[in-house]
Amino acid sequence: MSNRISHKNSRVDLNRPLTFTFDGQSYQGFAGDTLASALLANGVKVVARSFKYGRPRGIIGSGAEEPNALVQIDVGARTTPDLKATQVELYDGLVAGRTSGWPSLAFDLKSVGGKFSRFMPAGFYYKTFKWPTKLWPFYEDIIRRAAGYGKSPIEADTETYDHQHHHVDLLVVGGGATGLLAALLAGRSGLKVLLVDDQSELGGYLLSMPNILIGGVSASTWSANIINELQSLPNVSTLSRTTAFALHDMNMIQAVELLQDHLPHAARNNAQRRERLHRIRASKVVLATGAFERPLVFGNNDLPGIMTASALTTYLNRYGVACGKNAVIMTSNDLVYQGAVDLAEAGITVTIVDTREQINPEWAAKTNQLGIKVYVGYGISEAVGSGAVQGVQLVKLGSLKNVVTAKGPYVPCDVLASSGGLSPTVHLFCHDGGRPQWDDARLAFVVSANGRAKDGIFCVGAITGVFALQEGLAKTHDTIAELLTGLGKTINASGLVLETDEIAVTPARRIFNVPDGKDGYGAKAFVDFQNDVAVTDIHLAVRENYRSIEHIKRYTALGFGTDQGKLSNVNGFAIAAEALGKTIPEVGTTTYRPAYTPVSFGALAGAHVGDSFEPRRYTAVQTTHERYGAEFEPVGQWMRPWYFPKPGEDIHAAVNRECLATRNSVGMLDASTLGKIDIRGKDVREFLNRIYANAWSQLAVGKCRYGLMLDEAGMVMDDGVTACISDTHFLMTTTSGGAARVMTWLEKWHQTEWPELEVYMTSVTDHWTTAALVGPKSREVLAKLCTDIDLSKEAFKFMDWRDGKVAGVPARVFRISFSGELAYEVNVDASYGDYIWNELMKAGKEFDITPYGTETMHVLRAEKGFIIVGQDTDGSVTPFDLDMAWAVGMKKPYSFLGKRSLARSDTSRTDRKQLVGLLPEDPNVVLKEGAQLINSSDITPPVAMLGHVTSSYHSAFLGRSIAMGFVIDGIKRRDEEGNNIVYAWAEGKAVKVKIVSYVFVDAEGARHNA
Amino acid sequence: MFVIKCPHCFEAREEEEFSYGGEAFVARPTSPETESEESWGDYLFMKRNPKGWHWEMWGHSTGCRKFFVLKRNTANHTTVGAWTLAEARKIYDAEEATA
Amino acid sequence: MKKDYSIWKLLSQGLKHHEGWTPAWRSPEIKSSYDVVIIGAGGHGLATAYYLAKEHGIKNIAVLEKGYLGGGNTARNTTIVRSNYLWDEAAMLYEHSLKLWEGLTEDINYNVMFSQRGVFNLGHTLQDMRDIERRVNANNLNGIDALALNAQEVKDRIPMINISKDTRFPIMGASFQPRAGVARHDAVAWGFARAASNYGVDIIENCEVTAMDIVNSAIKGLQTSKGYISTSKVGCVTAGHSSVMAKAAGIRMPLESHPLQAFVSESLKPILDTVVMSNAVHGYVSQSDKGELVIGAGIDHYTSYAQRGSPHVIEHTAAAIIELFPMFSRVRMNRQWGGIVDTTPDACPIISKTKVKGLYFNCGWGTGGFKATPGSGNVFAHTIAHDEPHPLNAAFTLDRFHTGHLIDEHGAAGVAH
Repeated sequence: MSNRISHKNSRVDLNRPLTFTFDGQSYQGFAGDTLASALLANGVKVVARSFKYGRPRGIIGSGAEEPNALVQIDVGARTTPDLKATQVELYDGLVAGRTSGWPSLAFDLKSVGGKFSRFMPAGFYYKTFKWPTKLWPFYEDIIRRAAGYGKSPIEADTETYDHQHHHVDLLVVGGGATGLLAALLAGRSGLKVLLVDDQSELGGYLLSMPNILIGGVSASTWSANIINELQSLPNVSTLSRTTAFALHDMNMIQAVELLQDHLPHAARNNAQRRERLHRIRASKVVLATGAFERPLVFGNNDLPGIMTASALTTYLNRYGVACGKNAVIMTSNDLVYQGAVDLAEAGITVTIVDTREQINPEWAAKTNQLGIKVYVGYGISEAVGSGAVQGVQLVKLGSLKNVVTAKGPYVPCDVLASSGGLSPTVHLFCHDGGRPQWDDARLAFVVSANGRAKDGIFCVGAITGVFALQEGLAKTHDTIAELLTGLGKTINASGLVLETDEIAVTPARRIFNVPDGKDGYGAKAFVDFQNDVAVTDIHLAVRENYRSIEHIKRYTALGFGTDQGKLSNVNGFAIAAEALGKTIPEVGTTTYRPAYTPVSFGALAGAHVGDSFEPRRYTAVQTTHERYGAEFEPVGQWMRPWYFPKPGEDIHAAVNRECLATRNSVGMLDASTLGKIDIRGKDVREFLNRIYANAWSQLAVGKCRYGLMLDEAGMVMDDGVTACISDTHFLMTTTSGGAARVMTWLEKWHQTEWPELEVYMTSVTDHWTTAALVGPKSREVLAKLCTDIDLSKEAFKFMDWRDGKVAGVPARVFRISFSGELAYEVNVDASYGDYIWNELMKAGKEFDITPYGTETMHVLRAEKGFIIVGQDTDGSVTPFDLDMAWAVGMKKPYSFLGKRSLARSDTSRTDRKQLVGLLPEDPNVVLKEGAQLINSSDITPPVAMLGHVTSSYHSAFLGRSIAMGFVIDGIKRRDEEGNNIVYAWAEGKAVKVKIVSYVFVDAEGARHNA
Repeated sequence: MFVIKCPHCFEAREEEEFSYGGEAFVARPTSPETESEESWGDYLFMKRNPKGWHWEMWGHSTGCRKFFVLKRNTANHTTVGAWTLAEARKIYDAEEATA
Repeated sequence: MKKDYSIWKLLSQGLKHHEGWTPAWRSPEIKSSYDVVIIGAGGHGLATAYYLAKEHGIKNIAVLEKGYLGGGNTARNTTIVRSNYLWDEAAMLYEHSLKLWEGLTEDINYNVMFSQRGVFNLGHTLQDMRDIERRVNANNLNGIDALALNAQEVKDRIPMINISKDTRFPIMGASFQPRAGVARHDAVAWGFARAASNYGVDIIENCEVTAMDIVNSAIKGLQTSKGYISTSKVGCVTAGHSSVMAKAAGIRMPLESHPLQAFVSESLKPILDTVVMSNAVHGYVSQSDKGELVIGAGIDHYTSYAQRGSPHVIEHTAAAIIELFPMFSRVRMNRQWGGIVDTTPDACPIISKTKVKGLYFNCGWGTGGFKATPGSGNVFAHTIAHDEPHPLNAAFTLDRFHTGHLIDEHGAAGVAH
C-alpha cells in the first residue's frame, strides 16, 4: 500500500478493502478502484511487455486510451482477454493475469530479441523471412507465437446478452461537465433525453479535479446537484458504464452497457445479462465526448513509471494514489499545473519541465509558493532507468524551433508525466463521414459545435477544442439554446451559475517530439506504445515513400492497436508531417471507424444466439412426429421429418421400409411446409400465364396443374401445383424453401409491371396442414373418414381437387401425386392438423399405414423422375434442360417471364447439360450425389466434365440403385446405344453408369391414375 | 442503417423492415420477342449503379409489402424522399426530361 | 528487376540506422503520353502493370490512382486466397492465381506473407453437402486440391468448432482446400507497386480520371486531375467504381456496388490456425499473424459508395461466429470497416474488351477479388497487350450477359470471399 494516500475528494472507499490477484500475486485495493489504480497503489510498475521488443511497460493512462496495461480477467468460461486495467473496476476476488511476457513479466524472452531492435524496423518482415520459401510456415509460426495479447476463452460463454432499442429526442454522449449541463438544459425543456457515459459514475474529468469551483461550489457538489436534478426529471434517463461505440447513418448510435462485470462473482445474477447493447435512434445528438491528453514523445518514453499528466492527476484526486514520491512533469501547456499543485499539496515533490519560453505568471506564483521547481524552456531528451524511470535528462530548447540548444541538468524522479496538449475525442463524429479540422491555435483536430447541425449532431466541450471549463460551459449553454430554438423551445438556465475559478490559459508550445540533439540516433522514442512504433519508424516509412498517412499507419502499425491510437495518432500525424515537409492538415488523419472502444461479440449478437439465431418453424403435427421418433431435416426455416426410424433401424433401413410400405400399401407425408399462396381476382388466369411457363387459360374449376416458374433469365426458380378453385380464385403451391421468395416475386411483378391486373395474393402456407396420403390403399383409408366426396376413379380423377369433410373436419382434398402413386393430399385448417393426422393414422392402421419423411419422399419422386428445385436445378437450368418442354407454353400470347431469354444464343443450344436418368452398372452401387460425370475412367486432370449426379438412391422397390443427373447432350446420348455409357467420379473412384430415361417406375402412369 | 418513411404506411421505420429492390423504373420491354439479344441482355443485367443520386426500389417486406421508390444518394446515404411507384414515376420522368 | 530485400541488406542497414533504404516505388511526374494507362492502383491494377512490363515488354505504362495506392478493396478485404470454385472457367482462373501466389514473394522480392493454412467451407444442410461433394469432385478433376470432410473430420482439424447437432445450423461437414489460405493484403499492393516501379511503370497517386477521350469508338486519351494523357490503351481496374468509369466511356456494366463489411477482434494468442467460412450463417473467420480474428460479413443489400454499411449486418455476423465458435462470445471487436464491392449477376468477374477500341475492363470481382490479384493482373495484361483475351479469361467477357453464357457460381455455394 505504498502509494495510497487518504485524499479528501477521492472516490475510493478506504473502509471497503478488496482483495485481488494480478499475475499470480495477491494485493489489496478498495471499492472505487480500477485494477490500474489498485496496482499503482501497490507500487506495481511493470504490467506488460511490449509487442515487438519485449520492453517492460507500465500504466500510462487512466481510461480508454491505455495502450499498455492489457490484462486477462477471470478464468474458465468467464475469462476475458485484452481488457484495459484502467477500465476494469475492482471487485473482491478479482483474478487478473498478464497478457504478455514469457516466461514472466520480469523476464520476457522477446526482450532478448529486442536487444536487436535496430534490425527490426517498421515493415522488416516484408523484406525478410523469404528464404528459403519453404521455411516461411516455420517463420510464420514463430511470428504468430510472438504476437497476440490475451487468450481467447476455450469454453462456451455461459453469460448472456441482449439488445434494447431507444427512440429519443436527444442523446447526450458523455457525462462530464458539459454533457451533464447539456442533458439538464435539454431535459428542462421537456425533451426526451438519454445520457450515456462510459464511467462507473457521472462527472467525467470533474472526478479528477474535484477542487475546482463552479458557481462558487466545488466541482463535485456542482455535478452532484445536476445529477440529482437529472434524476428528478421523468423525461431524462442516464446510463452509466455505457460506452457509445458507433454512430451510424441517420443518428443510429450503438452503445454497450456493462451490467455485471464490476460485481464480485457472488453478487452476479445469472438471470441478468452480462452486457446490453443499446441501439439508440436519436433525433438530435450532443457529443460531449471530451478529449484525451497526448503525451510528449521523447527518448525511452516507454519506461514504466511514465504516464500522461492527466492520468497522474486522476490517480491522485480520484483514486487517492500517489504514483510516486518524486514527480517530474513535462508540459507544453498550462493544463498540468492544477494537477501539479494538487500533488505538491499532497506532499509529493514535484518538478515541472515546461517547454515554453514563458509560463503563465499566475501558475508561476502558485508553484513558487508550493516549492515546485519549474524548468522553463527545457524539455526531456531522454528518460533514464532500468525497469522503471529513475530520472530524466533535460535539454534546453530553442526559442523558435524545436531544437536542442544546450544540455540541461539530470533530474531524478520515480514518476514522470507529460502533456503535449489535448486531442479531442472526435471518433463518433467521424464514424459516418464527418471530418475533424486541424486548429493550429489549439493544436488539435477539432469539430465545430454546429458543424453537423443539419444532421442533428451538435458538439460541446473539449471535442470542439474548448478546453477551459468555464468557456466550455458557456458554449454548451449557447449550443443547446441553438438546438432548442431549432425545435421551437426556449432554454431555461435558471439557477445555473457557470463561472469557475480557473486560471486563464496562456498559449501552448507547438511541440510533439522533444528533440534530443542526436539526429535520430538517440534512445528510442515511442509514438505508439502498443505497437512499438518509434519516431524512427515513421521516418523510415517516409524515406521508403510510404507517404500517405494511411500508408504510414499501415507500414508502421501506428494506431492499429486495441487503443486505436488514442494517445498516439495525433503525435504520429504531426511527426509524419514534419518528415514529409507538409502541414498537419495536409497530412490529415486516418479514418475513424467503430468501435470507439472494443465491444464483445456477445453484445453485438445480443439474444440472437443459439435457438434464437434463426427461427425454427414447425408444422402443426410436430409433437406427433416426435412421438413417432422422427429425425428432422431443416428445409429453409422449417424442420421437416427426415425419416421415422424404428428401434434398431438406420436411415437406409427406415427409408427402404417406408418406400416399400408406400408403394405396396399406404404411407403418409406431412406436406404442410409447401408454400401456399391464395390468389384471387378477375385476372388470375392472365397473371398465372405471365408468371408460369405453361398455360392457365383453360384450366377448369376443380382441376390442378403443375407449373414451372422461371426467372427472367429463363432459369427454373420454383415449381408446384396450382389449383383452380373458381374462375377468379386459384391456390398456388411452391417449394418449401422458396415460398417467401415466390411471394415477393409475384408481388413485385404485379405491383411494378402489371398493376392493371386485378389480383390479390395472400400467403396461406401455415393456415393449412397438408397430409399426403400416398399409395394403392390410400383411397380405402380416405374412404373410411370421408363420405361426402365421391372418391371413385371416374368421379375424382388424377389432378382433380374436391371440397368435403374428412373425419368431420372441413377439408380440401387434392388428388395429386409426387410419388407416382395413387395419392390424396388432405388439407385442413392447421388447428385440426394434428387431429387429422392422427385420425388418418388410425384409419390406416389396418393397412399398416406408414408415416414417411423427406428422404422417402425424395426416393419415391426420383423413381418417377420428378425434379426437386434446388437439388436437381441450380439456377442455371432451363425447362428444356430438364426435358420438360411439355411444361412450357411457347404459344401463349403474353411473353411469359423468362421466355425471351430461352431464345438467347447460348441458352437455346440443344447440346446443353440435360437431365437424364442414370443406372450404375452394378445395381448395388449407389452413386454419390455430387459425383461428376466423365467420359472415361482414365483420370489425368484436367478432365472434361459432362455434368454431375444430382439425385441418387437405392430403390427398394426396384431392388437396385437409381440416379438422376446432368449430362452434356444427354437427351441425345440416352437414346444412342454405344454412346450412352459415362463414368460417375467421386472421391477418387469412377463408376460405370448407363444413361437412361429418368422415369424408373410406371412410365405409363397406371399407378397414379389407378 | 437507414430510416425509411414508407409512402404507403406513412411511418418512418428501420431499414430492417425493408428489402432493397434494385434500380427503379427498369421497364420490361413490351415486346420481348422483337428485342435483339443485346437489348434484351441490357434489360436483364445492365445497371446504372451511379455514385450519387439513385432512384431505387424498396419493398416494405415486414410491413405493408408494397414496393415503392426511394431517391437516395449512394455516396453519402442521404435520402430526399420515398414515393409510391406512381408518384415517383412523375417526378422521375420530369427529372429525366431536364437531365 | 533488382531484388534487394533480404536478411543481409536488413542487417547491414540496421547498422546504418536504415538510412540507405530507397523508396519502395518511385513517385514520378506524370507524362503526357503512355502506351498503356491502368486506372486504379489497387492490387489488380498494379499486378496488371507489373505483368505488362515483365511479360509483355511494354515499358511506357502509367497506373493512375485517385487516392493512395492499395487503398481500396485491397486494403479492406479479409485476405482469403483459394481456388476451389465449381465451374471450370472460374476454377482454372483462380487456380492460375493460386499458383502465382505460391511463388509471389520470391517473384516480386517482397514478403506477401502468403500463408497456406487451408480453407474450410462449411456445410449445414443435406443440400450444402451435395454441393460440397459436387464442387470437391469438380476441383479434383480440374487438378485442384480439395477434400470433402464430415463433421468429425472438421472437428479433428478445428478443435474449437461447435459440431453439436443441437445448434440452429448444425455443421454436417465441409470442403477443405489445404493449399488455400491468407496473405498480407497491404504487402501485395506495395510489393506489386515496387516491382512494377522497378520495371519503369509510373505510379501516379492522387490522380483522378475525370473524362475519357473517345473518338470513333476508340480511346485516345484521358482527362485527369493532373492534366491530359494521350494513350491508345486503357485498362480500367476500379472495382466498386467501375460503373462510374464505364459511364465516362458511355457504356453500361452489369454491376452493382454494394457495401461489404468486415471487422477484427483484439489481438489474441494463436487460437485458430485455418480459415473457416460458412455461407449458411453468413460469416467467415481466420486469425491474422498479428493475432486478430479477421471476420467478414455478407454484403449489405443496397448499393453504396460510402464505404460503410448497416450495423445489423455486423451484429448478425457476430452471432454467426458465435454459432460456429461459442467461446468467441467474450472476444471483443476492435474495429469494423466497409469496402465497395462490384457484384455481377453470376458472381464471376468481367475481364473483357469493350465496344470502345483500346478500352478494357477488369471488374465484377464482387466479394472475392483479393484471391485473384496476381492471376487477374496476369491475364488482364495479356488481354491488353494482345487485344485478345488469354485463354483463361476468354469466358469472362461482357458478351456473356447477352448470349446467356453465364458462369453461375451462385448455384453451388462457391460464391463469396
